[in-house]
Amino acid sequence: MIEQSLQLALDSLPFLLKGAYFTVILSVGGMFFGLLLGFALALMRLSRLWPVSWLARIYVSFFRGTPLLVQLFLIYYGLPQVGIELDPLPAALIGFSLNMAAYACEILRAAIASIDRGQWEACASLGMTRAQALRRTILPQAMRTALPPLGNSFISLVKDTALAATIQVPELFRQAQLITARTFEVFTMYLAAALIYWVLASLLAHLQHRLEARANRHDREH
Amino acid sequence: MIVVEGLTKRFNGQTVLDRIDLRVEAGEVVAIIGPSGSGKTTFLRCLNLLETPDAGQVRIGDIGIDADRSLGNQQRAIRELRQQAGFVFQNFNLFPHRTALENVIEGPVVVKKMPRDKAVALGRALLAKVGLAGKEDAYPRRLSGGQQQRVAIARALAMEPEVMLFDEPTSALDPELVGEVLATIRGLAQERRRLIVVTHEMSFARDVANRVVFFDQGVIVEQGEAKALFANPQQARTQQFMSKFPGTAAAG
Repeated sequence: MIEQSLQLALDSLPFLLKGAYFTVILSVGGMFFGLLLGFALALMRLSRLWPVSWLARIYVSFFRGTPLLVQLFLIYYGLPQVGIELDPLPAALIGFSLNMAAYACEILRAAIASIDRGQWEACASLGMTRAQALRRTILPQAMRTALPPLGNSFISLVKDTALAATIQVPELFRQAQLITARTFEVFTMYLAAALIYWVLASLLAHLQHRLEARANRHDREH
Repeated sequence: MIVVEGLTKRFNGQTVLDRIDLRVEAGEVVAIIGPSGSGKTTFLRCLNLLETPDAGQVRIGDIGIDADRSLGNQQRAIRELRQQAGFVFQNFNLFPHRTALENVIEGPVVVKKMPRDKAVALGRALLAKVGLAGKEDAYPRRLSGGQQQRVAIARALAMEPEVMLFDEPTSALDPELVGEVLATIRGLAQERRRLIVVTHEMSFARDVANRVVFFDQGVIVEQGEAKALFANPQQARTQQFMSKFPGTAAAG
């Protein structure tokens, strides 16, 4: 019984790993584009022009206030009705990026806001522009604050990519489903998929710790 | 030459600075004293536009800011003015993620585009000048308050400003660390640098400043040669304030 299950899991491994490949693409891509857009949104939130700040606020409110699954369906099944047809992978990538951007925006905005006003003033007193102050002084310190929640969001994203199975992306969970439909080895296959998610998330958590240690090095060194 | 004319600042409709005029000549050390809430710190912060004045003019060297016009159109001039006015904060405001040396060279490298090796040489010399040779690679967290404030002074000096502005530079320090910072500022005064110091250290104001300016309720009540003002204040409000610091006048 156990031997059979192990054999099946081993035989299925290439299919599962192919699925894991898409999982990684969606996670890394979603995080990358989400961070870029999230950073732009965070700068908009900090803008002195209220319409700009307000636009970012509405964006964040919508993408945090609606289920990710609904957002994916809107993009993949909804957009074709207005003439925009996307393949499953790009549709999922766009969905995860847009969603991650909302969370990244809030994390970055809060991290930037947490930096003491005196740091902005110290930069200003040297004659720096606001952009120079942000780049040289505020962001390096804000990133320390932002790293743990960003890492947590990344790990959540890895797990949330399983939702892409519902819009036909052949990622890890979808592959497990397909194999299950053929072999009826439900427990074995989903357990194997779960273990692969676990490995991915653990790798990320490890990376997160190393980044945090690096960012905090000036607390330790003399 | 520093010229301030008609400087006015309001917070929520309340006037905290009321048409202040002040001139500071080259080589002059001016101490600003007065009760808390008198507007002296706000005045200092208005000099380099950390606080936005509602009216009046500030001129440092050949750069002038006119608060009667839109300040949004004067951003470049404001940044140039700030380079001419080194500011030392009560709470130091060092960059915690940079070493002492990196703090000092940040302004020259980023704002003045000074070549890094030249800035490093300047930074080392300035840290030595404030008595911190050997601490170049220390992060602020590893330094005492007095050492941090001296790094902050070196950081402001690195821009080679026309004037140094000190906002209660010893108020956040433990009593035993006050002396080293005051000695550093005294050293700058002896170099005939132009300094404006907002301070609660009355004996320092009396002994180091050429001129003392007494602020109360948003106006300059009285000003004059330091020792004379402490020995013989003319205005009732000044006399009342001075009476809270027994010994300062007698020693003068």
